[in-house]
Order: sequence, then C-alpha cells, then structure tokens
Amino acid sequence: MNHHSESLPSKGSSSKANLQSEVIPQKKKRSLQQRRSRAAWILIAPALILLASVAGWPLLRTLFYSFTDAALDTPDVYNMVGFDNYLSWVDGESFGVLADPLWWKAVLNTLWFTGISVSFELFFGMLLAMLMNQKFRGQGLVRAAILVPWAIPTIVTAKMWGWMFHDQYGVINDLLTRVGIIHEPLAWIAEADLSMWAVVFADVWKTVPFMALMLLAALQMISADLYEAARVDGATAWQRFTRITLPLIMPAMIVALIFRVMDALRVFDLIYVLTSNSEATISISGYAREQMVSYQQMGSGSAASVLVFMMVAGIAACFLYIGRMNDEGKENK
Amino acid sequence: MKLTRRQRHITHQTLIYAAAALVSVICVFPFYNAILTSLRTGQELFLTNYLPTSFHWENYVNALMVNGIARSLLNSFIVASVTVGICLLVSITAAFALARIKFKGRKYILFTILCVSMFPQVAVLSGMFELVRFLGLYDSLGALILSYTTFSLPFTVWVLTTFMKSLPVELEEAAIVDGAGLWVIISRIFAPIMGPSLVTTGLLAFIGAWNEFMFALTFIISNEQRTVPVAIGMLQGASQFELPWGNIMAASVVVTLPIIVMVLIFQKRIVSGLTSGAVKG
Repeated sequence: MNHHSESLPSKGSSSKANLQSEVIPQKKKRSLQQRRSRAAWILIAPALILLASVAGWPLLRTLFYSFTDAALDTPDVYNMVGFDNYLSWVDGESFGVLADPLWWKAVLNTLWFTGISVSFELFFGMLLAMLMNQKFRGQGLVRAAILVPWAIPTIVTAKMWGWMFHDQYGVINDLLTRVGIIHEPLAWIAEADLSMWAVVFADVWKTVPFMALMLLAALQMISADLYEAARVDGATAWQRFTRITLPLIMPAMIVALIFRVMDALRVFDLIYVLTSNSEATISISGYAREQMVSYQQMGSGSAASVLVFMMVAGIAACFLYIGRMNDEGKENK
Repeated sequence: MKLTRRQRHITHQTLIYAAAALVSVICVFPFYNAILTSLRTGQELFLTNYLPTSFHWENYVNALMVNGIARSLLNSFIVASVTVGICLLVSITAAFALARIKFKGRKYILFTILCVSMFPQVAVLSGMFELVRFLGLYDSLGALILSYTTFSLPFTVWVLTTFMKSLPVELEEAAIVDGAGLWVIISRIFAPIMGPSLVTTGLLAFIGAWNEFMFALTFIISNEQRTVPVAIGMLQGASQFELPWGNIMAASVVVTLPIIVMVLIFQKRIVSGLTSGAVKG
C-alpha cells in the first residue's frame, strides 16, 4: 500500500524520533503512525487557518448579519431583528426576502438558466468530445481553437456577445437576416423573453470547451478493444454508444455536471454585464448583491446570501445523495 | 442503397472535417469580431463587415491611456500573482499531507475544501466586507488578495493534492529508509519534481483571479485601484446609449491576448490540470 513506513525502524523515520525514544517497543508501531498524523496536521494547519479566516469566518458573519438591520456604511450599528429579513408580517402584510416577488423571479431565473445552459453544454460537450476523440489532421488546431472561449475572461465574453447581440449593429441580427430566419432585427438584450437566451448562448459558448475536455479525458481512457469486441458481436453504433461509452464515462460526466451546475447556480458577472442585471435575467447572486450594495441593506442582503448558500448546498447535497445511491446500486448488482 | 466501405469512409472523413471547421469558426469568431471592431473608428463601427476594413490604433491608445486600462492591467497582475503565490506556498505542505499521509479526518478535510471551492461567492460577501473594513483594506488591492484567497486556496490545494497522489510511492520510501524527515522529503524531493504541476496549478489559479468580478466590483471604488474586468465592465461613453464599442473591444483584446497566448503555450498541461480531478474522482 501507500506507506510501508510502519514497518520501518523508528530511527530512520524522522528527526523527531529521538524525542520519543523512551516509548516502549510494543507501542512503536502506533507511535510512528501517530507522529505522522500529527505532522500531517501541522502541515495542513496554515492552509486550514487561512481558509477558516477568509471563508469560514465571513460565512458565519454573513449568517449573523442576516439577523440584524445593519446598513452597509455603518456595519457596527445594528439591532437584532430575528428572522425579519427573511420573512415577517406587519398588519397582515408580509415583508422580507421571501416575500419579495423579485427574489422568487431571481430563483426562477437562476434555475432556468442552470437547467437550460447545463443541458446544452452537456449535449454539445459530448458531441465535441466525440469529435475530438477521432483521429484527423489538424486536431491540434481545433483543440487550440476550443480553448479560446474557455480562456477569455467572463466580462470580456459578456461584452463581446453584448456587441454581437446589438440590435442595430450586431452581427447576430445581420447573419440571421442574411440567412432569412428573421426579417427585422431583434432586441436581444432589451426584450425580456430574449435576453435570457442571450445570456444562455454566451454561457454555453464559453463553457462547452470545459465540458468537452472533461468528457474527452474520460473517453480516451476507454480501451479500443471494447469497441472492437462489440463490433465483432454486431452491435450498432448507437448500441456501442449507450452500452459502452455512456456507462464508462458516467463517473467523469457526473463530476463535470456537478462542477458546471454549481458554477451556473452562482452566476453573476455574465448577467451583470450583458443585461445590466435586468429583472428578466437577475440571478440569486445578483439579487443578494443588489440588496446589499445598491440598497445598502446589509441585513436583507445577508439574508439573501444565506438563502443562496442554502439553496446551492441543498442542490449539491441532492447530487451527492443520487451519486451515492448510484454507487450502492452498482455494488448490489 | 448500400455504400461501399470506401464511400462510407469518405463520408465519415468529410463529416469530421466539416464539423471540426464549424467548431473552430464558432469558437474563434467572437474574438475575431472583437479584433475587427477594435480596429475601426467612427461610422465604420456601425457597418457590419466580416473582413478587416481598416487599421486604426486609436482605440487601443484610448483604452490603455485615457480609460486607464494600462493601470488596471498592472493591478490585475499584482493581485493575481500575489494571491497565487500565497496560495501555492500554503498549499504545497497541505497537499503533501493530504495526498501522502493517512490520518483521521483526511477525508473530511478534502470534502470541506472541495465544498468551499464550489460555494457561491456572494455567501461570504457581507462577512468579507466587514473583515476588509476591519483590516483597513477597503478600496485597496489588499482587499482583493484577501478575498480571492477564499476561492483560490481550496482550488490550489485540491489540484496539487490530485497531482501529488499520482506520484509513485517509491519516491519517499527511499528517503524514509535513508532517514529523511518529512520536511526534507517535501523540500528536497517533492518540491523540485512538483515544478510542472505548480506551474499548471498556478496558471489555472492565476486565470481564476484575473477574471474575478464580484469582489473586485464591491471592494474597490476608485478608478486607480480597479482590476481589468471591472474597468472593462465600467467603460462608459458620453451617454448610456453611446457605448464606446471601439474602446471596449480594444480593451477586451488587450486583456485577453496574454491569457490566450499563455493558454496556448501551456495547452497540454492546462488540459491535464483541468481534467485530472474529474477522471480520478
């Protein structure tokens, strides 16, 4: 296995060994293991401490602020207001993030965006990965080309697509008109129904390469013999895909899916820049930040942040649960 | 109608090349279009044209000097390099412990780190805001270095751990037999051969920090301290309806080219770094 060190004499394991030379021989084995695990904690400590102070602590403080009425410019002055930032009733009227129609619009937007764009990414990513898995000349060039969208900063993506989607001078309308699909220019960014699609297009363009590379890595690990054997047995191309390819790349596909879903659920920058956080496209992250920064309400902004966190964590937990069920199902077979 | 083997082969090949060409065009076209736009001025901007029509460099001069993109480039470079430097330094030892030593709680730590790397940034926004103000870092690059560590550190630890796991066990066995301590093993054996992985991980983390938008938008208010993504996002013309598209595209090209060049140079390593986590689970 990994560590043969347990069977080694203590003198040769570590300089700290001398300090513990009184340990009686029977316990030597255990103490070596103990020393290694203590060393491990010391080695991890800096990273853990740093992580606790830049992620754990702010997260707890956000939770704390969600129960206060603090304003952003004076975070030291606040009253505890319980769950009022989330939901409260005054004279039969409800207040708080959960009573705000815009919050629910943002939830819907985010789920819609995540569902649609990740599905497209999976579909096109799979096609692209299968293309890249073929042998053809100029493969290096294509791989270089598909890294371009991935490498471009999201803000630049948003600006580039914003320009391409421009209602009067954009190339998208120009191309669609030339091909004859549309007869007058569409207001991609301004029109509520279209603007979300504009966001989805830009996101799919940017992230399909990531998906394709993940799937390609999994495809390349499948042995060619399997396909050969299937072909000898007379399996059709579709059968080979569903019976060999899909099951074998499933684990990598699930990991890639989780990464993408988590990433899509926290979308902010693309929407903020491409459609200026308009109501039709605002995401839950965008909503939380707007409450906090634009309206200076640290309390309800924090409450919205906590809700975002819980929602994302809940969806992640579902994925893990399904993944585990899947694994157990396989073991039982 | 049944096709002969040769005909099928030709159809297959044609389809592949057609698909490859289509994919390449779709991937590169928006950037190509941005370059074309960045070289046009005045009325030319508003005539849709798919070939270069002129080569005006004014937009670049404007974007870099007048709009302060040059300054922002420097800011972005400082923030991303310092963040990555700190994260890598702290990650090497942590990744060694997580990949090479079996101890209780290892799984939980790895799981926590993975979770932190995926949680939404907005969840720490107000807590981070308080921390930044408390440390007197508001509106300074320090605020960004601090907040970028939130997502860079778990990422570097995770990727380096995956890399370290893939190295052969014999490496440290020999050293242990020779009586080397953990520190010697890390600094003399692992650090030198980790070079390529460090470069890959660093590069990926650098791109992540270079592209970050939400923290940069929230913790920086003065033009001089802005990073590139915010500077580009904020480029405004005389009115809301007169966006300076030429300047915006010039700025976009300037900030993207270095990243694209780096990515193309380190292509293979980046792909392996991106996918290592997925394939090995």
